[in-house]
Amino acid sequence: MVGKLDDALRFQQTALSLRAQRQELLASNIANADTPNYKARDIDFSTALKNALANSGEPSAARLTTSAPAHLAGGNPNTLPDGTPVLYRNATQGNVDGNTVDADVERNQFTDNALRYEAGLTLIGAQIKNLLAAVQG
Amino acid sequence: MSLFNIFNVAGSGMSAQGQRLNAVASNIANADSSTSSTGQVYKAKEVVFEAVPMGPQQGTGVQVQQVVEDQSPPKMVYDPKNPQADAKGYVAMPNVNVVEEMVNMISASRSYETNVDTMNAAKTMLLKTLTLGQ
Repeated sequence: MVGKLDDALRFQQTALSLRAQRQELLASNIANADTPNYKARDIDFSTALKNALANSGEPSAARLTTSAPAHLAGGNPNTLPDGTPVLYRNATQGNVDGNTVDADVERNQFTDNALRYEAGLTLIGAQIKNLLAAVQG
Repeated sequence: MSLFNIFNVAGSGMSAQGQRLNAVASNIANADSSTSSTGQVYKAKEVVFEAVPMGPQQGTGVQVQQVVEDQSPPKMVYDPKNPQADAKGYVAMPNVNVVEEMVNMISASRSYETNVDTMNAAKTMLLKTLTLGQ
């Protein structure tokens, strides 16, 4: 029974978790809008979702415990935990200091991603209501 | 949880932009100081940002790597009555470019605001997540 509930909610749950990870990437881009030589990064969401759904049954890769902020996480910084590559954004108008963050693009994507996250939450909420209706009859 | 890490990332951005604003304030305040506590003429200060990994995943914050001083020569102003004037009557004034500082100030405050917006958006998303299933 629990496994079926899990299956019913898995797709939306995976999508939400990826949206949250993308939000973190975009927040990093915005925070580093003035950092010399920083390159803006993003993921291809459909590839990421495919990868995450394909790997969702398996436990995620083992991680080293980090007890201080300076410790290396042990994971590959160029991929998400499920192996999706984290790409670099193509610069339309690069800065002289080597920074490729376009603040407008990032803010746009950030708001878009936040809205899609909330849409995902609404969908999960509706799914839970449906399941509850089925349970209560 | 990635969304919680946004607070750290945006917070590091706010703190770094705050330090940049601090340097700008110091430069503007000292734009006319012909001497400083070191006995030398005041030199314009500027912060250098650096990206720093934050959190278990791809989060990248900002920190101030160093504060550099503008090494361009001081502005020489002819003012023979000034007690700090040299033998030819010139006083060394700071190499602060006020227009540059104002631009820097606006840029820093805009970036600060953007980071605050980022943090607020993450907070809204987390709060909405908490109401899931109600």
